[in-house]
Amino acid sequence: MTPLLLAKSALLAVPLWLVTSSLLPLKPSWLKHLVSLAIGFGLAAAATFFIPAGGLSYITSFILMASIYAVLSLGLNVQWGYTGLFNIGIAAFFAIGAFTSALVTTQMPTGINATFTKQLMGLGMPFWLGLAAAGLIAGVLAWLIGKPTLRLRDDYLAIATIGIAEIVRLVFQNERWLANGPQPLRGIPQPLQCLTGNGCDWLPGFVNDFFAPLAPRDYPYIYVAIVALVLFLTYRVLERAIRSPWGRALRAVREEEASAAMNGKDVAAFRMQSFVVGAVIMGIGGGLYAHYMVSIDYAHFDPLYGTFLIWVMLMLGGSGNNRGAILGAFVVWGIWSGTSFAVDALRPALAAISPALPARGPYIRLLFISLLLLFIVLYRPKGILPEEKVVSLDRDLT
Amino acid sequence: MPLLTVENVVSGYGEMQVLRGVNLTVGHNEIVSIVGPNGAGKSTVMKLVFGLLKPWEGAVTFDGRNISGMAPEKLVKLGLSYVPQVENVFPNLTVEENLDMGGYTLSGSLDQQKERVYELFPRLAERRRQRAGKMSGGERQMVAMGRALMLDPKLLMLDEPSAGLAPLLVDMIFEKVVEVNKAGVAVLMVEQNAKKSLALADRGYVLATGQNQVDGPGEKLLGDPEVARLYLGG
Amino acid sequence: MTENSSPALRPGERVRNLLTSRAFIYVLLGLVLLGFVIAAQAKGVSANSLLSLFVRGTLLGGTLALGAVGVTLVFAVLKMANFAHGDTMTFGAYMGLLVIMVLPKGPPLAPFSFGYEFLLALLIVVPLIGLFTFGLDQAIFRPLRARRAQPIMFAMAALGLAFGLRSLVYIFWGADFTYYYVGRARPAVELFAGVRVRPDQLFILGLAVVLIVGVYLLLERTKIGKAMRATADNPDLARVSGIDTNRVILWTWLIGGGLAAAGGMLYALDVQLRPEMGWWLLLPLFASVILGTLGNAYGALAGAFVIGIVWQMSSAFINPTYGHGVAFLVMVLVLLFRPEGLFGRSK
Repeated sequence: MTPLLLAKSALLAVPLWLVTSSLLPLKPSWLKHLVSLAIGFGLAAAATFFIPAGGLSYITSFILMASIYAVLSLGLNVQWGYTGLFNIGIAAFFAIGAFTSALVTTQMPTGINATFTKQLMGLGMPFWLGLAAAGLIAGVLAWLIGKPTLRLRDDYLAIATIGIAEIVRLVFQNERWLANGPQPLRGIPQPLQCLTGNGCDWLPGFVNDFFAPLAPRDYPYIYVAIVALVLFLTYRVLERAIRSPWGRALRAVREEEASAAMNGKDVAAFRMQSFVVGAVIMGIGGGLYAHYMVSIDYAHFDPLYGTFLIWVMLMLGGSGNNRGAILGAFVVWGIWSGTSFAVDALRPALAAISPALPARGPYIRLLFISLLLLFIVLYRPKGILPEEKVVSLDRDLT
Repeated sequence: MPLLTVENVVSGYGEMQVLRGVNLTVGHNEIVSIVGPNGAGKSTVMKLVFGLLKPWEGAVTFDGRNISGMAPEKLVKLGLSYVPQVENVFPNLTVEENLDMGGYTLSGSLDQQKERVYELFPRLAERRRQRAGKMSGGERQMVAMGRALMLDPKLLMLDEPSAGLAPLLVDMIFEKVVEVNKAGVAVLMVEQNAKKSLALADRGYVLATGQNQVDGPGEKLLGDPEVARLYLGG
Repeated sequence: MTENSSPALRPGERVRNLLTSRAFIYVLLGLVLLGFVIAAQAKGVSANSLLSLFVRGTLLGGTLALGAVGVTLVFAVLKMANFAHGDTMTFGAYMGLLVIMVLPKGPPLAPFSFGYEFLLALLIVVPLIGLFTFGLDQAIFRPLRARRAQPIMFAMAALGLAFGLRSLVYIFWGADFTYYYVGRARPAVELFAGVRVRPDQLFILGLAVVLIVGVYLLLERTKIGKAMRATADNPDLARVSGIDTNRVILWTWLIGGGLAAAGGMLYALDVQLRPEMGWWLLLPLFASVILGTLGNAYGALAGAFVIGIVWQMSSAFINPTYGHGVAFLVMVLVLLFRPEGLFGRSK
């Protein structure tokens, strides 16, 4: 095993360790983590050893995108799965998070660059502060939209979120001073990227030495570990929250059992909290996306990639179930990527029907994914992993 | 043979059983009143006869035909009409349009039927262009009854026609019920106002805990001290 | 309603009643327009071009109204927010393109830019899309109704349908924008006082008015129209009265879907065909419908004209692409102060 493969294995071991530890029913927890670390590293080593480099880096970027979508899907699960809020403007929070994190972490362009790139600010702050700001601003936006709409019938929230997603996209398209629209905002820093170059001065030497074989194009291996950690943390926090009295209250709000137990003011407050928390998570997802892409523009956050796919993910995986939300993200992203191969394979057949068709392949995938959503709504409204029934004693009284 | 027969009917909402064996008949040209305490299942009987609820057991026969669980739009054509207790008018439609909807299943002009309803309720004739939602409770009840009479039903079913009305209006509505009946329409009604409704009914049923407990001519039920004590609140 | 006349109101409640009153919304809309005029003055926009924008807003309002009436009718009868309505408009517009391409091309009917094919396409596509939407209803929404699904599941199914319809447009016609008559000149003529419009636009407004008057007559005068209003008012009583609910639903889609197709074709004739056009119209459509009270056909009509005018006039002083933003702003103001809309009963 070469030092390069070892470094890759160590990084890929992180997501595998986290998945294994979430699935293993072992106690106590130190034992569980020890075992899953071993399994994770074993699997990662096997994968890096047996899978050719090209395939491995494809798998890595697949896991990366799917994990970022999983974060967004978890955010939606808080809003829809637990509280029944119909947000069809996920793209707004996704975009706000991405651009916020970018503006907080990039340096203000200077010299000749300043004439090409205009942006509101470039604070040069570290990655994690960018993520925090992304969540914060997305949460503030959610509060602003929630205020007039959350007390009304659910359809009003839906249409308001469609509207805000369009407006956010338009703003980033038209306002050059804000984030260089409609040109891409470039040069978004990647955390720990120094590991793929000359090493990071704040890390101990042996760490730098261990990862030294990594070239800049191997960066996704580093980022997949970071995204996996953020996803895992989000998942754990949500699982805790959802089993707390707060989570029970959210479900009561959704089931409209609330009238018996709490007054209208509380219901409104819980709906708002859920909406904001979900949006914060979506904003963080946006931040993760920006740092992966390095360069982002308004077109990334269209209704399809920014909203629709995430809905299909949650609905397929199972609304109201955090594991379902994550599973759905992986399955749907898999279907989405897989159908891209299928459409490529069909190119000759499509070309035989009409010369214009092969170029429209992506839209055949869109049709397929729309039909998938309709199928779920009509025949499998609970998704793959249905919501776990959380038994609570006070339920029998109602 | 009676016009309507309800035999040993058991039914309810979802899992909850409300009717535990109800038997009743309504003869041609009869006024029959169902009285009883709150929650006895009086309104449920009406909904059941009118196909809004399916019987779990037992059968409903109308005019010699088994109508258990038949859809309302078919029952209407057989000569059955129903006035629900609440929300029994189309609030954004005018009085005249409400009557038109009562005669929806008929083709051709409805003028003759409407004239008859206006004769019965002259008040409605004056306000035929008024939206039903803007009218008083008594007037709305007239619109509701008028709508139900548009098809010349053989049996008119009234669910608490006097609910929420001032005493003077209650008397007026009951007078109209008798008038309708004199014109050859059998009436089955559910009433909270037991005394007044039994007084004008040919026969009455006392319904309690989902079963009919006592029945007999209206006058007789009224005079029965046992009935009065148990079910009519003294 | 009686609360207003009660003498024992505290000042806070009195202010609240005032803020949620219909009159206040009119004042608010007036203020928005006044603000526009002032902002336009500050930017040095002439009164004349403001007037032009007003006229153009009215024209736009006509096409919006065709969509908005459909949204509100479907909401009234089926109690569902049809988020696929915008994409139904797109689909109708492209079906029109298909018919026009198939038909032999005739000369333009001067002074308009279109030939007989466009009119024939309207006649074919409008009823066809009406039937098509009813078919979709039977396949998708009817099972949901039978299962008594939550309202939000209808909205989600509509969302899936919206994306499905749009993907069909992408697959068959591609992602680029196009016109019914590529390269044909569409000169504007002076209407009055320097206000210039294209003859097409007058045709569009005229046809929109005719269609809406037709719908008005249908709703007010015909048996099925009254039955639709009755079902919207009180679905249970409608059934008890012997109204055939499925027939009412058929007509609701025939009218709603048909008007959507007409609106889509007219909008495309005026602006351009684009796969995303309907999705972008969804926001102004719902803003119109909410402003005029969900489920109220005449309210949707009024709302559409208000939104059309506000949208166009805002372009005097802000980037025209933000027209949606202005429609959104009006909607949020209404939701904040009077969510039941201009024609709703206050609670």
